[in-house]
Amino acid sequence: MVDKSKLGLSDEPSTIPIERGKIREFARACQTANPAYVDDPAPVAPPTFLTTVNFWSTGATSPLAQLGIDLRRLLHGGQEYVFHGPPPRAGTELTFQTRVDKIYEKEGKRGGTMTFVETVTEFHDPTGRLVAEARSTAIETGQAPTKES
Amino acid sequence: MATWDELTEGTKAPRREHGPLTRTDFVRYQGASGDFNPIHHDEDFAKSAGYPSVFSVGMLQAGILGCYCTDWLGADNVRRFSVQFREQVWPGDHIVCEATVRRRYDEDGERRVDLELLVTRQESGGAAIKGEATFVVP
Repeated sequence: MVDKSKLGLSDEPSTIPIERGKIREFARACQTANPAYVDDPAPVAPPTFLTTVNFWSTGATSPLAQLGIDLRRLLHGGQEYVFHGPPPRAGTELTFQTRVDKIYEKEGKRGGTMTFVETVTEFHDPTGRLVAEARSTAIETGQAPTKES
Repeated sequence: MATWDELTEGTKAPRREHGPLTRTDFVRYQGASGDFNPIHHDEDFAKSAGYPSVFSVGMLQAGILGCYCTDWLGADNVRRFSVQFREQVWPGDHIVCEATVRRRYDEDGERRVDLELLVTRQESGGAAIKGEATFVVP
């Protein structure tokens, strides 16, 4: 069950280095051979690349980890990235911090009561400029949805 | 890359098909992204949760869709990319990406387009992703 007392909780800021090899690996996993990603020596990050903060956040303090969501009932409802200028390039380092922005419930058609958790992660460059924002919507279903839902 | 003159409201990117998506594609994406939720690669875990098998990572389809858009309008030019996940994508599925210009405008001295995005499962015809994006067009 989602622990609703975690609303508003933020984790400690962490730093992610944007790396050429990681961008190439990510681009290939996303089934593109765009030279802007796989050949450029200082490639720009693909639109959803900042999801790789998974490797750089300290799991123990991650607000989502503290919410107590059951993985068997977890669905990803949506994801948004906003870039204030071009996406970050390899060679830059970004500081990021995630907060639990919203928790709310809806009645599902087949899955019982669904609990929605929206988290927002902000990414700043070393000068303090806001480079990007990520909004993620996680859903804890009341029961496992069927294949057709 | 499409140019400003080629982009009007209603302009569509060439459709692109990916698949059949395999468990290997899911695992490759999970390794690249760092999301190791076992429901996408551990058959026993997925079945214990009530699913018939593992299923794809939503962010894999989203990643494919995002790169489909930047292949069309340029990797540097994306300013917003937003997706809602609908139907799950299963091993063996083919997916089709589509993008349509919905708005063409100037803002803050830049030329911009807003796109409507869609990923459909070829097998069911159902939407796996509905999304939106904003690009600058140099």
